[in-house]
Amino acid sequence: MTDVLLDVRDLSIAFGGLRAVEGVSLAVSRGSLAALIGPNGAGKTTLFALVSGFLRPDRGSVRFDGRNITGVAPHLNARAGMTRTFQIVQPFATQTVRENIAVGAHLHIAGRAAALAEAERVAARVGLASQLDKPAADLTVAGRKRLELARALATRARLLLLDEVLAGLNPQEIAEMIPVVRGLADTGVTVLMIEHVMQAVMNLAQHVWVLAQGRLIAEGSPAEVTRDPAVIEAYLGHGTAERLRRAAG
Amino acid sequence: MKDVAAIALFVLVIGAAAVALDSGVALTFMMMALYATLLAQAWNLLGGFGGQFSFGHALFFGSGAYVQAIAQLSGGLNAWLALALAVGSAALVALGVGALAFRYGLKGSYFALVTLAFAEVFRIVALSLPFTGGGVGLMLPLRASAANLQFGSPRGYVLLLLAFVTLALMVTAWLRHSRFGARLQAIRDNEDAARALGIAPFQVKLAACVLSGAFMGAAGAFYAQAFQYIDPALAFGPTTSVEALLGAIVGGMGTLWGPVLGALSLHLLSEATRNLFGALPGINMVIYGSVLVLIVMFMPRGIAGLGLSVRAFWGRQGAGDD
Repeated sequence: MTDVLLDVRDLSIAFGGLRAVEGVSLAVSRGSLAALIGPNGAGKTTLFALVSGFLRPDRGSVRFDGRNITGVAPHLNARAGMTRTFQIVQPFATQTVRENIAVGAHLHIAGRAAALAEAERVAARVGLASQLDKPAADLTVAGRKRLELARALATRARLLLLDEVLAGLNPQEIAEMIPVVRGLADTGVTVLMIEHVMQAVMNLAQHVWVLAQGRLIAEGSPAEVTRDPAVIEAYLGHGTAERLRRAAG
Repeated sequence: MKDVAAIALFVLVIGAAAVALDSGVALTFMMMALYATLLAQAWNLLGGFGGQFSFGHALFFGSGAYVQAIAQLSGGLNAWLALALAVGSAALVALGVGALAFRYGLKGSYFALVTLAFAEVFRIVALSLPFTGGGVGLMLPLRASAANLQFGSPRGYVLLLLAFVTLALMVTAWLRHSRFGARLQAIRDNEDAARALGIAPFQVKLAACVLSGAFMGAAGAFYAQAFQYIDPALAFGPTTSVEALLGAIVGGMGTLWGPVLGALSLHLLSEATRNLFGALPGINMVIYGSVLVLIVMFMPRGIAGLGLSVRAFWGRQGAGDD
């Protein structure tokens, strides 16, 4: 029995008739790097919103580090050590990169100078050191993804919920970003990432959950889930697994 | 540090001018310009740094003005004590209205409408209550003496307003270099991202609203003392709300000197139109409205933003040279 940091049980929410997340249970062990994958519209981001407190579930519970945090407001969860990033990057556009990261650092550091200094250290960890004085609005997509990561990291999170930090990046940028994410995990931060880029998932994740139409359809190591017929069908359509097998045979 | 030095210089120059100048016209001009500045600065604390656009800041202004008058007329309080009470009451009104609006997550135009509605409610209530004097308004007896916070010459009011404006400048500078300010600006730029980073939007916005309300209350108390007369339309009517937000928007929201520049420019403009068009009623508001449209369309960062772009332009030119 491993040490569980995030324990999600039977989590469900419906928007009108749409069951966006239905009966999802998963457990992320402390210090692991796990991934949540699934086709577009599967409910991955909604699940993140439920876990981090932006949405209140209709049913089910979320426990973080042994404490029940179901429906607790996001800012309280951030204080407790769980921070999410956003798929659609949300920089504080009028402020510089340094000031952006300092907002995160201020969670535990009251002094302005100390928070700005901490921002510099965090920026170095994600490879933003050379762009500290740029307005966040002037960053490239890759830069904004790094900023999103840096801000979350500056809150001294123990669990990072990363929502597609690699989406929209070109292959070179992805190759640069993967070591950054791995570096986080190596420093002891637990990471649960939503990701579409399979190269990254195969490379990084120790454990993968697959979500389709709001339900978990598979879990296991990256190699296991990518062989799973249910997963292949969820991505490529009904009957694909069968056709692939016949084509191969 | 640079901000503090600039503020010190500002205080020295204006203070020296107020002491040295003897012309009543010049002193009155300074008084009204500083008054407009104080309104714009107060609005800027919540609107410029917090991104919460109030259309009803007269609510806090009027509360301050009425408490200032009633505390003296009915309570028999000294004017300086009344001033403290006026500022406190305006802050309290801001606390109540802010708590209601932010508790229900009102943002953008909804927040603007709710503040406007509250100001109107207060105006109508002030029209019908006995102790506000109803539509007749309240008249403060003229007893010019410093102990009574009334001055024979505008110079005294200039110095009083300069003290308020300086305090507002220092609070603004603090917002630029503090954790609270960083949080407030984070909420303005993106509330969801701010929440994800551990910021409690309700508390931060409410605190900014109270600060903003307190300075509006101070402006209202000054108004009651300087003109010795208030009525519901003067206190809670839209003119003051518009003046406050216009000064900050024209000058540059979320900046230290923007509201000062904006208020001064608008005051100069309104003096100029008065000379050009005489006492054509309402012409000020027509001009203000046109200026607002032009600024929002062509200079969304205001006059202070214009200065920044010029500096950035020269910076680029300089970089291109070497």
